[in-house]
Amino acid sequence: MRRRQRIAYLYLLPGFLVYLAFVLVPLAHTVELSFFEWDGISVGTWVGLDNYRRLLGDGTVLSSFAHAGVFLVFTSIVPVMLGLVLAAALSRHRLRGLAVFRTVLFLPQVIAMVVVGVAWRWMYTDDGVVNQLLHAVGLGSVSRAWLGDFTWALPAVGLVGTWVMYGLCMVLFLAGVQKIDTSLYEVARIDGAGPIREFLHVTLPGLRQEIAVALTITTIAALRNFDLVYVTTNGGPGNATTVPAVEIYRLGFREGDVGLACAVAVVLTLLIFTVVFTITRLAREER
Amino acid sequence: MSVRAERLVIYVILVMFCVAVLLPFVSILTVALQAPGSTVTGLALPDELHFDNFRRAWTVGGFGSLMASSAIVAVVVVPTATALSILAGYAFGTMRFRGSTGLFYLLLIGLVMPFEATVVPLYYDLRALHLTDTYWALILPQIGLSVAFGTFWMRAFFLSSPKSLLEAAQLDGASTWTALWRILLPTARPAVTTLATLFFLWSWNEFLLALVLIQDPDRRTAPAGLGLFVGERTVDVAGLSAGALIITLPVIVVYLFLQRGFIRGMLEGSVKG
Repeated sequence: MRRRQRIAYLYLLPGFLVYLAFVLVPLAHTVELSFFEWDGISVGTWVGLDNYRRLLGDGTVLSSFAHAGVFLVFTSIVPVMLGLVLAAALSRHRLRGLAVFRTVLFLPQVIAMVVVGVAWRWMYTDDGVVNQLLHAVGLGSVSRAWLGDFTWALPAVGLVGTWVMYGLCMVLFLAGVQKIDTSLYEVARIDGAGPIREFLHVTLPGLRQEIAVALTITTIAALRNFDLVYVTTNGGPGNATTVPAVEIYRLGFREGDVGLACAVAVVLTLLIFTVVFTITRLAREER
Repeated sequence: MSVRAERLVIYVILVMFCVAVLLPFVSILTVALQAPGSTVTGLALPDELHFDNFRRAWTVGGFGSLMASSAIVAVVVVPTATALSILAGYAFGTMRFRGSTGLFYLLLIGLVMPFEATVVPLYYDLRALHLTDTYWALILPQIGLSVAFGTFWMRAFFLSSPKSLLEAAQLDGASTWTALWRILLPTARPAVTTLATLFFLWSWNEFLLALVLIQDPDRRTAPAGLGLFVGERTVDVAGLSAGALIITLPVIVVYLFLQRGFIRGMLEGSVKG
């Protein structure tokens, strides 16, 4: 037994070494640096919680977290809702040809967010597809350069988040709903349940695992979001679309405020951990 | 509404969502296929197909060499991360050892943590080690984070594989090493393929690390090159679109070849985990 234990550690060793050196140690270093004032060149000075105090007083950084909340709605809540509506509509049917839909709907998951950003920049320009469509349906008066608009840039980029994630949610829930025992639906129907009660009592509980997975994946993507914002708006116009990850990049590499950048990174990481932990807990409790 | 009509409505809705997925890509494709210098709008089919923009992006825009850098990084990351994940997942899935719960929780951190959380110290620490502007600056952190997910993934596979298989191997006097490679792994092909595909996609598409850790244009990866291209030449939409499509092509090829097993593997794997 003792020998077998030692063998187990041997199997773990190479993977854990790389993981330790290039994930855990840098993470600990982020926490450490968040207690220093450092410009990245000279010697840093210990400032205790000062960076966190500055974070709370920094309008741009605070707004970046507020924007992360907006992205959470667009990238996580809306796609999950869309997926659930579709799953509810589908729950009474067994459709054919789903494989083709699945392949297309899943596509945004495999393509680089930088490429997605380039495509959507073009969609949102003055004479891009979005405005062309608006003109086509007689809404030409609301057309604009969406990403340069202080009010509309944030929801415009948010909608790209929805576009990236709705397919994933739909594919997940469609797969889940096809696995629910059809006799459950028959029983519900014999009991006289309408579509809404059927959804609440059969479909929704049957999809609990899938919903938890969808929420976890989309939440992490929403909160860490860097690539998409960097490519489409780079946080602009002004600070209208900046998010925590863009602030980390700006503070850490453009403005030489490494301590504050790390404080933002710590808060962002804690936020992600808390949300994911809560989702997992909720999914387990209801089981 | 009759069942038939209901079904038709669902199909129409599904088709609309699929069209919406494809629209942005079709839009940049039509732009990239225009003759260079022509004024372009969102969705305008070109009179004839021009591939000049692709040629220009490949040579002038340097997407050829950008892709080469991305390929070098992926070629090291994918097999290494896959092998390390198999080994660690094997230990977690089939062996009992002290500290396994603690180590497992340590691993979960990497499952949730994004590179955004560590990119700042990574830059300053790797610079101190003179590793920035080398492929190692991308390879090592990518392996590190991939291994966290991969170990978790392979652990789930080994936990679900029949115990009798391993017991029979042990009775035959096979070492743990032989049991892994000769007996368990041949049954793991779908799980390993999905994992390797995921690692490839993550590595190929990774942007933040490549943007920060590599300044040398000769070692820059494709997404970072495209990201910087956006800043530099916003006017040249056609070239930009061509570049975006060029770097997407390998991903599409891999996806179309492996997508059936890939989507199924991902759905089952993530729901199980």
